[in-house]
Amino acid sequence: MTPAIQQKVNGADAILKVLIKEGVETVFGYPGGAVLPLYDAIMKYHHKVHHVLVRHEQGAVHAAQGYSRATGKVGVCIVTSGPGATNIITGIADAMMDSTPLVCVIGQVVAPLLGTDAFQEADVIGLTMPITKWNYQITSADEIPEAMAKAFYIARSGRPGPVVLDVSKTAQIQEFDFHYERCNKIRSYVPVQNLRVDKIKEAADLINSANKPYLLFGNGVIISGAEKELQQFVEKTGIPAAWTLLGLSAMDTDHPLNVGMLGMHGNYGPNIKTNECDVLIAVGMRFDDRVTGDVKTYAPQAKVIHIEVDPAEIDKIIKADVAILGDAKKALQKLIEFVKPNKHDEWVNEFKECYKIEHKKVIKKDIYPTKKELTMGEVVRLVAEKVNGDAIAVTDVGQQQMIASRYFKFKQSRSFISSGGLGTMGFGVPAAMGAKLGQPNRQVIAFVGDGGFQMTLQELGTISQYQIGVKIVILNNNYLGMVRQWQQLFFDKRYSFTHLQNPDFIKLAEAYSINARKVTKREDLAGAISEMIDHQGPYLLEVVVEKEDNVFPMVPAGASVSKIILEP
Amino acid sequence: MNQEFIISAFTENHIGLLNRITIIFTRRKINIESLTVSESALAGISKFTIVVNDTQDKVSKVVKQIDKLVEVLKAYYHTNEEMIYQEIALYKVPTEALTSSNQIESLVRQYNARILEVTSDYTVIEKTGKKEETQELFERLNQFGVLQFNRSGRVAITRSPIERLSAFLKDRDKLLASIE
Ligand SMILES: Cc1ncc(C[n+]2csc(CCOP(=O)(O)OP(=O)(O)O)c2C)c(N)n1
Ligand SMILES: [Mg+2]
Repeated sequence: MTPAIQQKVNGADAILKVLIKEGVETVFGYPGGAVLPLYDAIMKYHHKVHHVLVRHEQGAVHAAQGYSRATGKVGVCIVTSGPGATNIITGIADAMMDSTPLVCVIGQVVAPLLGTDAFQEADVIGLTMPITKWNYQITSADEIPEAMAKAFYIARSGRPGPVVLDVSKTAQIQEFDFHYERCNKIRSYVPVQNLRVDKIKEAADLINSANKPYLLFGNGVIISGAEKELQQFVEKTGIPAAWTLLGLSAMDTDHPLNVGMLGMHGNYGPNIKTNECDVLIAVGMRFDDRVTGDVKTYAPQAKVIHIEVDPAEIDKIIKADVAILGDAKKALQKLIEFVKPNKHDEWVNEFKECYKIEHKKVIKKDIYPTKKELTMGEVVRLVAEKVNGDAIAVTDVGQQQMIASRYFKFKQSRSFISSGGLGTMGFGVPAAMGAKLGQPNRQVIAFVGDGGFQMTLQELGTISQYQIGVKIVILNNNYLGMVRQWQQLFFDKRYSFTHLQNPDFIKLAEAYSINARKVTKREDLAGAISEMIDHQGPYLLEVVVEKEDNVFPMVPAGASVSKIILEP
Repeated sequence: MNQEFIISAFTENHIGLLNRITIIFTRRKINIESLTVSESALAGISKFTIVVNDTQDKVSKVVKQIDKLVEVLKAYYHTNEEMIYQEIALYKVPTEALTSSNQIESLVRQYNARILEVTSDYTVIEKTGKKEETQELFERLNQFGVLQFNRSGRVAITRSPIERLSAFLKDRDKLLASIE
């Protein structure tokens, strides 16, 4: 425990002192009436806690998410009451779905006005209750240390998530004796269960006698820092492993046992082999419906081992034959002790055969197209080649997201940041901004659609003001592409409100003094990508791609994973 | 198959927790048949008793979600058979109906109810029991005109094992200490 300190300060100063104590270096925010005292303190402590002024509160919360996911630290955003609070709702819900640790400090009206429909009062506790891991209203300054200590502890421990602190202006102004102790336990909260060795042994027995074992891994591996253990485990057992969208980059893309991505637009082998394996080992993933397709026909033949930190995920979607509750890293460490060295070359080869089929029917056309129009796939491939697998890819939502997840390559963990559970358009640009501030020495590339870009493009202002060196690649198909794809496939090409009349993106970037270039021809693409990557500072590259390309393979909504289709 | 379940949750006594728990049901469109919240045997710890009618699968998942809440110490569910439970009902009838014949008095005796208060205008009768019993008495009394009727949520305790809350808390402390 850290030694206690004591001094008389006001609540606003106390909040900043806590941020420093918690090791927070960067916060994202936007001022307003109910956080004026807090902003006064932010100015005072700015040399220790760097505040980034965004252009819309949604930008602040997504930036905090991007920052957190790139670094593993708790992301912090600070916004005012009422509209400031409601503007971060989307990001809070997104962080809840994707288990991202956030502490959102939100201003609130003075305590005597609570519940009176005061100016810029919103019921923040009520509004955020279903989309936070925890929230708390602070009306008096002396509540600040304990509430904030709990907030950071709850946000980062166990299965992480967003925490909201609704801080009345009254508490920000009040003076009190400040004394801080970090929180490391709460009586009613068990963040991680202790491992049960009997369960580990049971799982090891299943794995040791399996003929076609198959491992699926998700965000939990990244959250618990279990990347090395995962690799050791698959190498010892020879088990093929597939990642979920949020598990991307937890393993080297080119590792011989990494067979690719699960899910609706995942790879062919990983999907169909789910229904052929005899033991399915799920690590730190929650069987999202985009992964399982129809659950009734999902891996009925397999014994399921589920390694998971959140007890509520066990048997929620897929019944586990062996449930291992606990931290993924520790569970894998223990499991490695009990599994026998093995090889499953023939079985792994089946995935390779599937890949060949997928390559021939889908991948080749996507990333080495022979048609005139540019494809999203070739852009992503070229960017990946240029950065040699050493960059953070951030995406928005839609076709460009799926193409980026399919064709970007990773050598390092925490290198893929995307809105998975909530699928929030507008996530890409601000999240990339946050990621770059968290990892200033890494390349950060945002792949965004022409639609999603326009949901948060005001953050070009933030990027420009702070010269945040993100590279934004707009894959412009002039459509809300993913929705158009569904309209084409399932609504007889009735393109209801999916065509966009777009602004001149280059002029927009220029208006913000950001270097930009537009590419319409293949011969210009590689050069433009090089120019972007080599450029110091922010850069926007617009690539005009084929308007009506579709993302394949595809597991049609509600269909079984074995019904994945490779072509229309 | 739908069936009645009694969900019990021991929680910290914190503002907003009732809301936090009920939205877990609302979100899944599960109706709460009855709800009782009060301080448990240990000061500062509340006990929620929630009755729902649903499948065991759904109820077990809902209980896990309740258990997951930061301020919930422990949540579990039981079938009616596994618990001893009661509800309390209050009935207000015109005193005139009581005095004009001995029928109400004999109902009170027959149903093991009792009279709480008699004024010249009204009489308040109390009965504890299962919902069917308090309902049956309501229907019988209503022949004479029940002026007001109010039934509580369920209170319930398990048949076994005995609820050892303080032992549970000791175990919890040990568990928390064992987690790094
Ligand atoms: C905030 C929000 N609104 C609506 C949607 C539904 N939606 C999913 S993908 C998509 C189209 C995205 O278009 P664009 O950004 O151009 O990307 P593309 O699919 O063309 O790559 C839409 C509208 C969403 N995911 N998020
Ligand atoms: Mg588009």
